[in-house]
Amino acid sequence: MITPYWEHFEHEADIGVRGYGNTPAQAFEQAALAMMAIIVDLSLIQNREVIELHCSDNDPDVLLTDWLNSLVYQIATRKMLFAQFDVRIKNGRLSARAWGEAIEIERHQPAVEIKGATFTELAVKQTDDHWLAQCVVDV
Amino acid sequence: MDINKLHPVSEFEWHIEPTGDMHVPGVIFAGKDLIAEMDDKVYEQVCNVARLPGIIDASYAMPDAHWGYGFPIGGVAAFDPDEGGIVSAGGVGFDISCGVRTLHTGLTPEQVLHQQQHLADVLYEHIPAGLGSTGIYRLNKKQMDQMLLGGAKWAVEQRLGDYKDLHHIEEQGCMQGARPEYISDHAKERQKHEMGTLGSGNHYLEVQKVVEIYDADIAAAFGIKLNDIKISIHCGSRGLGHQIGTEFLKQMVTRAADYGIRLPDRELACAPLDSDLGRRYLGAMRGAINCALANREIITHLTRQAMSKVFPAIELDLLYDVSHNTCKLEPHTIKGVTKNIFVHRKGATRAFGPGHPALPDTYKHCGQPVLIGGTMGTASYILAGASKSMQMAFGSACHGAGRSMSRRRATKLWQGKQVTQELADKGIVIRSPSMRGVAEEAPGAYKNVSKVVNAAEQAGLAKRVAKLKPMICIKG
Repeated sequence: MITPYWEHFEHEADIGVRGYGNTPAQAFEQAALAMMAIIVDLSLIQNREVIELHCSDNDPDVLLTDWLNSLVYQIATRKMLFAQFDVRIKNGRLSARAWGEAIEIERHQPAVEIKGATFTELAVKQTDDHWLAQCVVDV
Repeated sequence: MDINKLHPVSEFEWHIEPTGDMHVPGVIFAGKDLIAEMDDKVYEQVCNVARLPGIIDASYAMPDAHWGYGFPIGGVAAFDPDEGGIVSAGGVGFDISCGVRTLHTGLTPEQVLHQQQHLADVLYEHIPAGLGSTGIYRLNKKQMDQMLLGGAKWAVEQRLGDYKDLHHIEEQGCMQGARPEYISDHAKERQKHEMGTLGSGNHYLEVQKVVEIYDADIAAAFGIKLNDIKISIHCGSRGLGHQIGTEFLKQMVTRAADYGIRLPDRELACAPLDSDLGRRYLGAMRGAINCALANREIITHLTRQAMSKVFPAIELDLLYDVSHNTCKLEPHTIKGVTKNIFVHRKGATRAFGPGHPALPDTYKHCGQPVLIGGTMGTASYILAGASKSMQMAFGSACHGAGRSMSRRRATKLWQGKQVTQELADKGIVIRSPSMRGVAEEAPGAYKNVSKVVNAAEQAGLAKRVAKLKPMICIKG
């Protein structure tokens, strides 16, 4: 068992997100946190609201981009930021809850907006004792 | 990039001979030093594009090429619809029709210097910038479709622009062939509140001073004099373009095998031009081009309102508006035969040479204005399309400096406040909603734009006309 965590990795023009967890769902949660951390310091986000998200694809790689892109859509249309996720994945169907709050530009100082999660360096795989979920996001 | 893998044709043109399943060679326009700085991934991506069905002539990389998604950023490739050619969502990119426009102001540097801080505040107040900002104009469903069909022309009809501008925009401000019905509700929803917003990342509005003239005749035709003050705006199709890119990329990835296309890289996802998916993408992408043109027109309208508060009698005429991320159907003559082909420019500017019928009469004799965005601290350039460029990369040139390091590394090297202060010391006033965003966009994180522009000129892609330095930068 590992303690789930996330990190960024280098891409010349943009930035890569990588989540680690004991299950694909945990790795997806961490990858989402990594993506939010591109935009904002996560410690500035309070859990005032919760939203539900659903997506599905039989290819775990494509499911990861779908998951991150559905979040990008929620950020853009609800003008919200998120800092906590609960992801469930079963038979290629993902359902999730995301906690966060409305963007306040002065307080959150969002650095960039995410255009979308890409298929570059995209991978969802099991290595040794944990799962990894990663891709490059276009900012 | 290992230069030994390339075959030199001239000091600024290097070829990759086709091997394996490459249909055509790769061609990189750059000097030795820029090539040495390029990531190995650029080499790989230029070769991968050369493997796509129906590619014509060569897979090109501009002097500012860097690692992109499938296509290199700074990549140009054309496809023949009669030879199984494709259209690629990755080859256009997420920010469809991201581009630059430059406006004349008629102001002097002294007038700007006198009110520099105040002018920066007024512009920052008027132009919505950064994540979470919303536009003043909300579109209902009908207005959205009209905007997607009409582009900048629609904005002008809504009194959010000036008719005179349309002659100085590619496609006269309205891309034909847009099909709003192929654009998803999600994409339209994402755009509803975003008309007239700058966005974030490398998008900006700058007040600039002309500091050098390289070609006096063309500069005069473009209306550029030494010490002129210009305003340049860099932004794209906002959430709508991003959502279209996201959705069609996925569809093209999952459908490629159905079309018998073997993708060397999933991000090269594409569909035959002669397929339902290919046609739907073209219709949607053209709508996104119109969205970008309308967006830049509305930002220009807001800029005119802002500037007139500080300088009541001011008139801002449009020099030109160029798009960077597009796929356009254009006639080109290859080996003596003229054909209509689909030219992808990913992070590359159209740069038509003198006499091209698509150019406005005022610029016809000197070639298309090519507007090259620099960084907050360096310089931007105005070039003109060269006659030779039509035979080199389908009339294309570079689009900007191109990043030389990741955002992550930039934030480790610089802090926003420090960057803002250093620029202030150089006489450049920055306004931005995010100091971290400023750090990520630090001038040092970009390639040397002067080297990029020199290489474009030396290679014969475009001719240098003028150099502009920023005085005020509103950063998204």
